Amino acid sequence: MFQLTGAELIMRLLERQGITIIPGIPGGANLPMYDALRSSKIRHVLARHEQGAGFMAQGMARATGRAAVCFGTSGPGATNLITAIADAKLDSIPIVAITGQVPQAMIGTDAFQEIDTYGLTIPITKHNYLVRSAAELLDVIPDAFRVATSGRPGPVVVDVPKDVQNARIELEDFPEPGKADAPPPVRDEEVAHAATMINSARRPVLFIGAGIIASEASEILRTIAGRTSIPVVSTLLGLGAMPDDHPLYLGMLGMHGARSTNMILEESDLLIAAGVRFDDRATGKAAEFCPNAKILHIDIDPSELGKIKQPTLGITGDVGSVLRALAPRLHSTQHSEWLDRVNELRGAHPLAMPGAEDLLQPYGIVRQAAELIPDNAIITTDVGQHQMWTAQAFPFSWPRQWQTSGGLGTMGFGLPAAIGAALAMPDRMAVCFSGDGSLLMNIQELATAAEEDVNVKVILMNNAHLGLVRQQQELFYGRRFHASKFHAEPDFAAIARGFGVAAYDLGESTDPRESMAHALAESGPCLINVPITREENVYPMVPPGAANRDMIEGESYAKQYA
Amino acid sequence: MQNSMLETETPTPTSLGTATVRLVVRNHPGVMSHICGLFARRSFNLEAIACLPLDDGTRSGMLLGVREEDRITQLIAQLRKLEDVLDVRIDPQGREAFEAVREYMA
Ligand SMILES: Cc1ncc(C[n+]2csc(CCOP(=O)(O)OP(=O)(O)O)c2C)c(N)n1
Repeated sequence: MFQLTGAELIMRLLERQGITIIPGIPGGANLPMYDALRSSKIRHVLARHEQGAGFMAQGMARATGRAAVCFGTSGPGATNLITAIADAKLDSIPIVAITGQVPQAMIGTDAFQEIDTYGLTIPITKHNYLVRSAAELLDVIPDAFRVATSGRPGPVVVDVPKDVQNARIELEDFPEPGKADAPPPVRDEEVAHAATMINSARRPVLFIGAGIIASEASEILRTIAGRTSIPVVSTLLGLGAMPDDHPLYLGMLGMHGARSTNMILEESDLLIAAGVRFDDRATGKAAEFCPNAKILHIDIDPSELGKIKQPTLGITGDVGSVLRALAPRLHSTQHSEWLDRVNELRGAHPLAMPGAEDLLQPYGIVRQAAELIPDNAIITTDVGQHQMWTAQAFPFSWPRQWQTSGGLGTMGFGLPAAIGAALAMPDRMAVCFSGDGSLLMNIQELATAAEEDVNVKVILMNNAHLGLVRQQQELFYGRRFHASKFHAEPDFAAIARGFGVAAYDLGESTDPRESMAHALAESGPCLINVPITREENVYPMVPPGAANRDMIEGESYAKQYA
Repeated sequence: MQNSMLETETPTPTSLGTATVRLVVRNHPGVMSHICGLFARRSFNLEAIACLPLDDGTRSGMLLGVREEDRITQLIAQLRKLEDVLDVRIDPQGREAFEAVREYMA
């Protein structure tokens, strides 16, 4: 028998879950937990905003595939965490956010810093808990990890009133750490049916997404694609599952995919959708997506099957397990007629990357940086044009190399996610491609980066605009620009230095490539400001709500409206 | 997203929905919010609801009158994902239970 407080119990249970780093911010309602954290083996990383702490946890979870934890106090601490939690929900990232709450006796009285964290987080979590006694922690903490990592991963919130943190509890033993439930068994008849569909298809395409990364299925995916000669398209979040230079890999589909990729999908007769959720940024107008294709949809979340598109065959299961069961049943094929057609379209409508040789132009920044960045570095982005340029142009080659806010599209994601990735993998570099709008949304985390001396490089594509907004106003709002230009232009290099972070401004450099190489070679955090043309657009682009075949491109669009 | 087919149909004010769904859920103060929140955020039409504790009170039985013909499979799949939902089934007899409650409420 031994005695400890609820707060101490939380730390022991987190240690037993294998948690070694927790980003967070203390406050009145979680101080008992911070007191217990002092004598724990867990290292605390003091974020400068709870949203930063939440995204650091995401950066750790996305890099490792394991659940990560963040801390916030009640009230504003919890509300500041919300964006990062919602972001984790939409991208299926396992995080456990543990918040302090006012003492139970004060719940419902509008106490100082009281907010209904439980109620607020219902729609943005996989599950959430308001813990009512220290004894409940014995079930809740392991269960939180089980829920976060089982099936389709996602965020969990554990709200712990201060009196529960302070309560003393007697224990004989600790409960077993929570772990993911076994995935549902793979059903032979479903696999047989799927194999028949694939073996008899003439123009099949593999459509892959984040589920491949989450289930660690990229190896079997590569094997299957190779054996069957089936071309592969990826969603934004699936990048890295297939190596960029694989001959069967067609890159990203959808809103900013290559025109040929979307055209190939139009002609496909079988869409093998593996670990994807038919997001509208990928499918365009869903009713007109792959009009000639049967659909084989494999996903761990049964509610995704038929949510957007009714599949010919839907299989609920871990996509890696299903693909492994499927592989021996697939005929080795050449699909030469289909691949000829695929290559013809690729030749006729490739992804254009103007300026790829010029370090001061968007594609050039990404391509040139990619040559200088170590192959094992983790790449994050913020949200906007720079995100799409990076997604299009960076030669991703391994799963978990890439972190971006796909579903929620949250500006401010990139820097704290990169810090989290670098914390989780201290022997690697994390590079955040950012925009000048997005970076300002969590720029305070440069202080965290300096304090922790993490190997994080921010490459800032500075266009003095909310570029993607400006682009939409140009293309879809008759060039009526409003609220998308920054009239005050901060000196980002000076700001970074002010935080104690090294900074380089390629606009002022006589040899930008040399400066970039130098910046990336130094250890520790740094910011590289790269001024770019202010009115550049990302092409091609499917107008929101349109079918993917109706992509617009730079010149064709200009001609149309000249 | 409203179901366009149902949108044009004027529901009778006395409608109890097109199907009754019966749930067994964990009984705690937040569970109603989880169920009702799911209906609200996924735009499922909920017409009637009844909830009572079962056995020793650790679980509750819930009866839902829903107006969802096309999306009933999706609705059930979403309900099954909720951690506090232990069982979900379509229960045509639930209608009678609702009729009895309606008599009481009249
Ligand atoms: C938190 C948040 N607010 C607003 C938006 C809408 N939004 C999408 S892209 C964008 C502009 C991003 O500008 P910047 O970070 O400078 O990147 P750029 O497009 O210029 O590369 C905005 C405002 C968003 N995605 N996230």
